[in-house]
Amino acid sequence: MLLTASDLQAIWLTLKVATLTTAILVLVGTPIAWWLARTGSWLKTPLSALVALPIVLPPSVLGFYLLVAMGPHGPVGHWTESLGLGHLPFTFPGLVVASVFYSLPFMVQPLQNAMEAMGERPLEVAASLRASPFDTFFSVVMPLCRPGLVTGAIMSFAHTVGEFGVVLMVGGNIPGVTRVVSVQIYDHVEAMEYGDAHRLAAVMLGFAFVSLLALHIYNNRSMKFAA
Amino acid sequence: MMSDPPASAGLHIQTRLQRTGFVLDVNMRLPGKGVTVLFGPSGSGKTTLLRVLAGLEREAAGQVCAGGDVWQDSARGVFRPVHLRALGYVFQEASLFDHLSVQDNLKFGFHRTPADQRRHAWDQGLHLLGIAHLLERMPHQLSGGERQRVAIARALASSPRVLLMDEPLAALDAQRKAEILPWLEQLHDQLDIPVLYVTHSPDELARLADQVVLMEDGRVRESGPVIELMARLDLPLAHGDGAAALIAARICGHAPSDLMCMLEFDGGRLVLPQTRTTPLPTGTPVRIRIQARDVSVSLQKPEQTSVLNILPATVVDMVDDGPGQVLLGLQVGNAGQGTTANTTRLLSRISQLSARRLGLAPGVALYAQIKGVAMVR
Repeated sequence: MLLTASDLQAIWLTLKVATLTTAILVLVGTPIAWWLARTGSWLKTPLSALVALPIVLPPSVLGFYLLVAMGPHGPVGHWTESLGLGHLPFTFPGLVVASVFYSLPFMVQPLQNAMEAMGERPLEVAASLRASPFDTFFSVVMPLCRPGLVTGAIMSFAHTVGEFGVVLMVGGNIPGVTRVVSVQIYDHVEAMEYGDAHRLAAVMLGFAFVSLLALHIYNNRSMKFAA
Repeated sequence: MMSDPPASAGLHIQTRLQRTGFVLDVNMRLPGKGVTVLFGPSGSGKTTLLRVLAGLEREAAGQVCAGGDVWQDSARGVFRPVHLRALGYVFQEASLFDHLSVQDNLKFGFHRTPADQRRHAWDQGLHLLGIAHLLERMPHQLSGGERQRVAIARALASSPRVLLMDEPLAALDAQRKAEILPWLEQLHDQLDIPVLYVTHSPDELARLADQVVLMEDGRVRESGPVIELMARLDLPLAHGDGAAALIAARICGHAPSDLMCMLEFDGGRLVLPQTRTTPLPTGTPVRIRIQARDVSVSLQKPEQTSVLNILPATVVDMVDDGPGQVLLGLQVGNAGQGTTANTTRLLSRISQLSARRLGLAPGVALYAQIKGVAMVR
C-alpha cells in the first residue's frame, strides 16, 4: 500500500490539528465541564444546550457562522485584526479554532458526566482533611474523573480527525495548511483517483476503529477497577 | 445579640437552620474529652447538626467554637471554611479516595496539616485500628469494616480538635459491626479530643457513649451522662424492647474454678460469667448493662434459686410501658433519706398484673433478681 506525498502531508496535518485541538479542549473543556457539573445557576441548561449544539448542527452551518464571525466583517475578525493577527479563515490557526468549537461537546459531556457521578462526598471528605477547593480539584476531582477525561480526549481527537464540512467552510483546501485527510479523500474522488481514495479511506476507517476499540478497552478496565 | 465567650476547651455550638418542613435549633456545650452520642430517630437533625459543626451547611446561622477557636460567628460575619477547621469527619460510608492506596489515603490529611499543628505521626492510628497490614492495598480490595477503620485512622492523622462520626457502622452488617466495635472502644480510651458520634443503635450507645444528647425534631430534648439518661422513665431511651440500665462497676475478684468474676458498684456486688480468655485484672473499671426485661422482683428474698444476682432494692418510680407492662425504676443500695449517693439505678419490666398483685408503689422495698448481665465496656 502506497500513499502519495500529498496524502502523507494531509495525514500529518490532520494529526497536528487533532492533537492541538485536543490539548486546547482539555484546558478549555475541563473548567466548562466543572462549572456545568457544579452550578445551580439557571444558565446551566441554556449553556449545556449551547455546548451540545455542534452534535446536531450541520457542520456546514457551524462552519458558515464561524467563517462569518472570523472574517474581515465579523466581530472576531475585527478583534484579531486589531491585535495585528490578520484574519483566521483559511489559516491553520483558524482551522484549530473551528475544530475546538466543533469538538467541544465531545470533551465536555463525558467529563461533566464523570464529575456529576462522583457526587459531593469526595469533596466534603477532602475538605474535612484540610484540602482547599483548588487543591481538591487537582488531587481528588481530576484523578477520580480520569476515565471521563480520557474518554473525552479520545472522542475529541477522533471527532476532529473526522471533520469535513467545517474544514471546507473555514479552512478551504490549501495543501499543507488546511487540506486534511477527509478533504484529500474528497479531492481524490473528484479527480476520479479511486485507488488513492480507497487507500486513504482505509487508513481513516482503521484509525476510527482502533480509537473506539481503545476507548472501550479503557472503559472496561476502569469499570472493573471501580467495582 | 450577646455572644458567649468561647469555651477554652470543648465544643460550643449554637445554631439555627431552616429547611422546608424542618428547623434545626440547637444550643449545646460538650466537654473537651469523651464520646458524646447524638441519639434520636432519623430526621431528628443529628447528621445536620454534625454538618453544621463541620461547616458543610453554609446557610446555618449561629456560633461554633472548638477548643477555644471560633469557627463560626454569624453575628460577626465569621465563617471558617471546612478545610480550615481542625476536625475529622467519618461518614456513614467509608468514602476512601478510590484512586489512592490505603497509605496515601492516610497521608492525605496528614500532609495538609501544618507541621506545628501535628500532634502525632501519620501512622499512629495503624495499630489503634488494626490496619497496619493493609497499607499497600487499594480501597476496592478492602472489606467494609476495614474501609471504615482506614477512614477513621485517616481522619485522626490530620490531628483534629474534634472527631465527628456519622453512623460509621450503619452501612455494615452485624458481623462487621462486631469486628469494628472493639476498635472504637479502644479509641475511646486513647483519644484526648471530644468525639461526636451519631447513631440510632442502642447497643452502640451503651458501649461507646459517655454523654448522650437526645435529639427530637431538630431540638435537643435532653442531654447528660448516658448512665443517668438511659434509666430515666420520662425519656424514650428507657422504653422499648432494649430498655436497660448501665452501671459503672469495677472488677473486684475472680473465681477461676467457677469461671466467674465479681464486680462491685455503688450499692452492691454482682457475679457474672468470665467470658474473656484473659481475665481483666482486679480494679479494672467496666461498664455493665442490665436489660429491664432481665430483672424480675420479689417481695421476699428468694431462696434456693438458680439466679445468682439478687439485690435488695427500693421502687423509686414506675410508669406504664406498652400493653399490660409496667416499667419500674429501682434504687439499689441503702442510702439515707432523700439522697442517691452510693446507690445505683436499675430498670425492671414486669406485667401490670404482677405489679398490682404485689402492691408495688414508690417506696416499696423488694428484691431485684437479675437474670442477665452483660459487660459492654
